[in-house]
Order: sequence, then structure tokens, then C-alpha cells
Amino acid sequence: MSNNNSQFPQWEVFIQEKSGSAFEHAGSVHATDKKMALQNARDIYTRRNEGRALWVVMTDNIASTTRDDEEEFFDPSEDKIYRTPNFYKMPAGTTNL
Amino acid sequence: MNTKEALYNFCLRLADNNIVLGQRLAEWCSRGPILEEDLAMTNISLDLFGEAESMYEYATTLVNNNSTADHLAFLRSEREYFNNLLVEQPNGDFAQTMMKQVLFSAFAKHLYEALCNSNDETLKGLAAKALKETKYHLRHSSEWIIRFGNGTEESMRRTQFALNELWRFTDDMFVMNEVDEELISMGISFNLNDIQAKWKFTISEIFAEANLQMPEATNIIKGGSKGIHTEHLGHLLCEMQYLQRAHPGATW
Repeated sequence: MSNNNSQFPQWEVFIQEKSGSAFEHAGSVHATDKKMALQNARDIYTRRNEGRALWVVMTDNIASTTRDDEEEFFDPSEDKIYRTPNFYKMPAGTTNL
Repeated sequence: MNTKEALYNFCLRLADNNIVLGQRLAEWCSRGPILEEDLAMTNISLDLFGEAESMYEYATTLVNNNSTADHLAFLRSEREYFNNLLVEQPNGDFAQTMMKQVLFSAFAKHLYEALCNSNDETLKGLAAKALKETKYHLRHSSEWIIRFGNGTEESMRRTQFALNELWRFTDDMFVMNEVDEELISMGISFNLNDIQAKWKFTISEIFAEANLQMPEATNIIKGGSKGIHTEHLGHLLCEMQYLQRAHPGATW
């Protein structure tokens, strides 16, 4: 997340594999601005036909949870299996709901 | 010169431009200013090698001498290469490399656009494919030139220097000979004077945005399409052709 003087700022790269699908995080690049970030992302992450669209966002603009947040953010959901729809009976003959 | 011979020569000219510039860009491999740019330059290099290969392949179908694309790339000497003088120039610093790329890619873009209307179906197809790649090369290199021109005093100075140094090789791209005469008469290729006017417009816009001054045309050198080159091409070919010359027919 740091921007030291020897590197351009860091950007996170998201690729959409095909039209309509979700953008997925692919990795990061260094660039001075949006244009350069898109071009660098294109050269590094899509040169083997991995995608049809790209997003880049400056790493500093991403808000992230930290390791310290883990307990209160995620642990409470561990013992609440009733929040998942595991207890419905599937109607006969249905393969997907 | 009949049409086939002219087309053969023309394909070599296109392919030689691509392979020589591709080889120059490959020299940057592992030496780029940043990792991302290292990859970008070798990416462009690989695009150019691909374009060269398909143009050599096509050339081999136009003559009956059992030559292959590899023969054309690795077993012709510098006097048999028809690339423009611009692309064989040494890389210099990063500004010079990008300047060379802008000057060439703008030319290639307008040439391929014209060739998309060629009467020769294969050439038309090759141009359409190469055009997509070339537009990206032009975008990438012109972005850098504009950035440098609006950057620091040093980046501005180096970029203007690059333009001044390379300018005298640009007229060479638009020289026409009997090859062009024949192909223009058949509707296969087009008048390079028209391409030059479009090229000039494109690069003038880029250089205006980069605050660069158009240099005076002095000490103009031409000769690429006749096989007359600057001293740099021989050295480049020595390195590029070494393996096939030392171990004829080697494959891997």
C-alpha cells in the first residue's frame, strides 16, 4: 500500500472474462495515472486472451478489513448454520433451485 | 518487374520493418525502466515478430524457390533487407525508443489502413490484423511522448533531442520505386505521398500535445527500400542471425 519514491503508485487490476460476468481481481500494477494503469494492466494480465474488459483502482482507494477485525467481523457467523438454506426439503424431481 | 515480383518485394519491406524493430525492442528485455514497461516493450516486440512472420510466409508463396519464412529472416544479408532506416536505429535512451516507435507506428497505422482496401485479398487480411496491434503500439508510445513533453525539464530535453535525431530518417519511409509503381497501378498498394500527409497530421497532433518543436529537415538520409542501410543494420543482423549462420538448419 505504500508509495515510495522509486515506484509509481500501485493499482489493483480486475478482469472481466466475458461480457456479463463479474470482474475478478487479477493482481496489481504500478502506474502514474488511470490511462497508464489500464495499459499496464492490459499488457500484464490480458495478453493471453484472459479478458474483454478491465477495471483498475488505486490501491490506496480500497478500504480493507484488517487481521484485527477478523474476530468481530467473521467469527459470529461460524455457528449460525440456520442462515444457510440447508434445511429445506427439495421437491421431488428438482435438481436446482 | 511483374506484379508478383513487386508484391514479393513489398511484403519483404513490410516484414523487414517489423522484424528489425521487433529485434530492437527485444534488446530492452530485462532492461526496461520499470517491470510493466519491460513487458509492454517485449509485448510490442512479439506483435511485430508475429506480423513479420505472416508477411514472410506470404512472400514465400509468391516465388518458386522453396524458401521459408526462416530463410527470409535469417539468411539474407543487409543489402537484401528492405526495411526503412528509422527502425534499424539504435535504441538510445527510453525517450529515443518511444520516439522511434511513435514515428514508425503512425506510419504503419496509415499504411495498413490504406492496405485494408487493397485488391490483394491476403495482403488486405494481413493489414487488417496488423492494424489492430499497430493502433495499440501508437497509443502506448504516444502516451509516453506526451507525458515526457509535459514532464520534467530533463524528460522534455531528451524527447526533443530524440525527435531531432530521428527526424532525418523519416522521409525514407515514403520513398517509392518501381515496386510501388507496379502495385499502385494494380490497386494493391497506394501512393506513399498520401500516407505521408496523413502521417504528418497524426504526429503533428501528438507533438503539439507534447509541446515539441518540429525539427528542421536537415541531413536527410534515404535508401532502405533499395537495400542501402546505415551501419547499424549489419550489427543487428549479426546478432539476430548468428544461430542460423553458425548452425545451419538448427531447430528447437
